[in-house]
Amino acid sequence: MTQLSVEDLHKRYGDHEVLKGVSLAAESGDVISIIGSSGSGKSTFLRCINFLEQPDAGRISVAGEEICLVPGKDGHLRVADARQLQRLRTRLAMVFQHFNLWAHMTVLENVVEAPIHVLGVSRKEAHERAMAYLDKVGISRFKDSYPAHLSGGQQQRVAIARALAMEPAVLLFDEPTSALDPELVGEVLKVMRGLAEEGRTMVVVTHEMGFAREVSNKVMFLHQGLAEESGAPADVFGQPRSERLRQFLSGNLK
Amino acid sequence: MGGRRATFTFWPQGGVREGAAAAQPMLHGYLPSLLDGAWVTLRVAVFSLLLALALGLLGASSRLSPHALLRLPATVYTTVVRGIPDLVMMLLIFYGGQVAINAMTDALGLGYVDINPFVAGVVTLGFIFGAYFTETFRGAFMAVPAGQLEAGRAYGMSRWQIFYRILFPQMLRHALPGLGNNWQVMQKSTALVSIIGLSDITWLADQAGRTTHEPFLFYMVVCLFYLAMTALSGLLFGWLERRYSVGVRRAAA
Repeated sequence: MTQLSVEDLHKRYGDHEVLKGVSLAAESGDVISIIGSSGSGKSTFLRCINFLEQPDAGRISVAGEEICLVPGKDGHLRVADARQLQRLRTRLAMVFQHFNLWAHMTVLENVVEAPIHVLGVSRKEAHERAMAYLDKVGISRFKDSYPAHLSGGQQQRVAIARALAMEPAVLLFDEPTSALDPELVGEVLKVMRGLAEEGRTMVVVTHEMGFAREVSNKVMFLHQGLAEESGAPADVFGQPRSERLRQFLSGNLK
Repeated sequence: MGGRRATFTFWPQGGVREGAAAAQPMLHGYLPSLLDGAWVTLRVAVFSLLLALALGLLGASSRLSPHALLRLPATVYTTVVRGIPDLVMMLLIFYGGQVAINAMTDALGLGYVDINPFVAGVVTLGFIFGAYFTETFRGAFMAVPAGQLEAGRAYGMSRWQIFYRILFPQMLRHALPGLGNNWQVMQKSTALVSIIGLSDITWLADQAGRTTHEPFLFYMVVCLFYLAMTALSGLLFGWLERRYSVGVRRAAA
């Protein structure tokens, strides 16, 4: 089943066209890595999927339901129905580069917040769910700590538990390890690898070529707002067709 | 302004007890009336605070609005109000406001409407400190990291939920020190209402001091009253600041 489908997505800032028609389809269990140099539009693409940025053109469906878009006054597309967007956003849980945990809430409160107040899950069930996911990411003993008292890697694992607690159709990762100290990257990648093995559908914008190559089953290389190459990691990494991808890989594979 | 004050009848309410054995009554019998005055002062302070908080939130919201049409009036408000002495503003609203209301009721053929000095005092103080609170709240709203609001949006929260569950509680932490400071100044500014004929503690003590020829005694009572009020508020704000700074890393002792 197609969990996420994005067709022909366009986005411009003023005169600069960041995305020139990018498409993506994630089937259940797909782990898609989006790679590319900074400025290639890969983060913008991910942020357009759940409307943290307004795309100018394109179609987006989540678990078979298409987001109704109408042209706004400023030329960008606007969501026709705010409630539909809110509902679809709960199906697309996002993990941010800078974690974006809610600083005034404990770890546990961060994880139960949206399930209780957005999904309407009962307090008891939300807590049980939260503890199970905090266990999964290995952070349940810090459930009463505040985010500021945790390391970056621990915070990002809490953020992953927060995403899992939504039981979403697709997990979106926006450079989840880029803000971490090198020695903390491993613990987060290990958790993500575990999720991939469980068969969760994931779209990951990343600079971690090892992860893209070993964990994902599809890789998309974005360059100047276009999907320059995409396919199985063995092909993309093993036999790059374009000069640009070859250059990118030679600079990024150690 | 003297004329208005002269029409106010003022007598010590305790009276002097009969009989030579009666001890000198507390503060020459002025204690009950001073307590009444303290109650007036307290009410002026609290109602002005509520008005100033409401105006401050409103002003900060419009100053942070993406629409220039909403930003402009708030900017004019804070610039003008913060640039005028409190005393002048008080006189302007009370006497100027009375003139304006008279002109309006005359034009409409209505009867005479008197500005209530209590309302005038509360409105003036609320209006003045609303401008300071606007700036305090504006800075506090801006101090909440945008990424946390974005996370709220990404998890399907409504605008109201993002405001109420994420923005407001964290904004408050940044706002409390500034609010506490302004509230302290504001409590002391309540003494200004005595010039528009409100029988607050300062005005009553002034009268008692003149009548008994003991101004020092009565002004000391007023000083102690204000000191007690500001000290208690200081404790309250200290507690609030601790309560709303949970989750913030403190420097190791």
